[in-house]
Amino acid sequence: MSDTKDELEANVGQRFGRLPETPDDRTVEGRVSREEVLEYFEDRFAIPPETFDGHTFWEKGAGKIWIYAGESPSPVEIEALGMTCLRTRQEHWKPTTDFVQRFGAHAGACVIELPRAEAERFVDGEDQRVEWDGDWGYLIAAHEIGVEPEGRPVGDGESAERSPREAAVEGDLEPLGVGLYVHGELRSMVPKGRQRGL
Amino acid sequence: MEPLERYRPIIDDFEAFLSACKRPLGTAVRVNTIKASPERAMATLEEAGLEYEQAAWHPTVLEVETDSPGGTWASYHGFTHGQEVVSSVPAVVLDPQPGERVWDSCGAPGGKATQIAALMDDRGTVVANDSNLGRLSALRFNAERLGVTSMVVTNQDARNYSLKPLAFEEFDRSLVDAPCSCEGTIRKNPDALEEWSLEHVDSVSGIQKGILRRAIQATREGGTVVYSTCTFAPEENEAVVDHALREEECRVVPFDLDLEYRSGVTGWEGEEFDPSLEETMRIYPHHNDTGGFFVAKLEVTA
Repeated sequence: MSDTKDELEANVGQRFGRLPETPDDRTVEGRVSREEVLEYFEDRFAIPPETFDGHTFWEKGAGKIWIYAGESPSPVEIEALGMTCLRTRQEHWKPTTDFVQRFGAHAGACVIELPRAEAERFVDGEDQRVEWDGDWGYLIAAHEIGVEPEGRPVGDGESAERSPREAAVEGDLEPLGVGLYVHGELRSMVPKGRQRGL
Repeated sequence: MEPLERYRPIIDDFEAFLSACKRPLGTAVRVNTIKASPERAMATLEEAGLEYEQAAWHPTVLEVETDSPGGTWASYHGFTHGQEVVSSVPAVVLDPQPGERVWDSCGAPGGKATQIAALMDDRGTVVANDSNLGRLSALRFNAERLGVTSMVVTNQDARNYSLKPLAFEEFDRSLVDAPCSCEGTIRKNPDALEEWSLEHVDSVSGIQKGILRRAIQATREGGTVVYSTCTFAPEENEAVVDHALREEECRVVPFDLDLEYRSGVTGWEGEEFDPSLEETMRIYPHHNDTGGFFVAKLEVTA
């Protein structure tokens, strides 16, 4: 279905609107659907769509997608709703560092493992030459850390039904953030405020 | 230290109290269970050669031997969040459950609000509010770094908070970690008492009463409201709760934690408080080598 301006409302940058289920449910011009967001995470990073069964997706600002676990009316004018997760309305969609740190452990593709020295440079915001024979574009950089003697990191906390990590396919790698891989170089996309000299 | 002299009659071993107030505070972090178990966070600290001690009263509270708790891998990954030991107390007392609707009325910069989300396994709705727009950016930054997805952020005066932008009309639990004279932060901010005046204590207690009353009104019958401050002044602690007991439908409920504390006072400078204020908690610096804190737990009764 194609969008035409007279049929669809314009996106209002100051408020949150919940993403429609499918492109056919769209009422706001240019807004992506939940289906397309889940497809992107599955196609690019092999994150199973059911990972997000407990979450809804929202747009505030042009193309800025937020992921949220709680209750809310839509549309709503509010300071924040969950966390920013994805930038759409541009040729190459780009996940956020914070999203990748939270959900990247569920990814089974486009995950590049960095040894400690490379990981340190990555979180310091440096670009570096690394070996990678997979797809170019946005990757999840990850490394091994905090692994207990038994080999695998344990799940979250005390209760039996803990959320993000339990179902992780590659549970022994901890996501660092998003990198852009082009021409043999991994460019750190870690935002300035999140960069650290470790 | 001069302003603290007024507490000599209510604090035992007052000299030990004063000397603890003069010692700098150690470094503590809270394990963010949205991203890591306490075991994994501790393993990450160990890998970096950092020594730590786990608090007896809660597995997520760690005292760490470092000057820069923010400059570690554990922090980068959001496994840990720099948070003073006593500052982790009120969310534990609030005891939020997964799926609930919880309000943090004075939520910035977000240590307690993100702890509430973690205690709820990041399921449900945590409404983190603050009247100060500038401080909200710190709250949002912390929430995203810690991977919190269950949080709504609002910017209102908590005293006349409106639930209109929300999907529901009342909360299951509310935290009022009120703005206060901050006497208990003296070990962290040596100039905390420089601006101290009784006029300020009295004026801030008016704000505290307004926020606590609104929190009780906005919480459902049978729900929980926790009131906390980082100050010793009874005017800002027991007197505020006493006022709420008289004006709103609520009662003080007892609670316990595995750390050393004293009961709330039931009178101050000629004023008598409800006897149930004995069930509130005063945490003094010389007892657990922490900052100072006050916590009261209320049940909404209508």
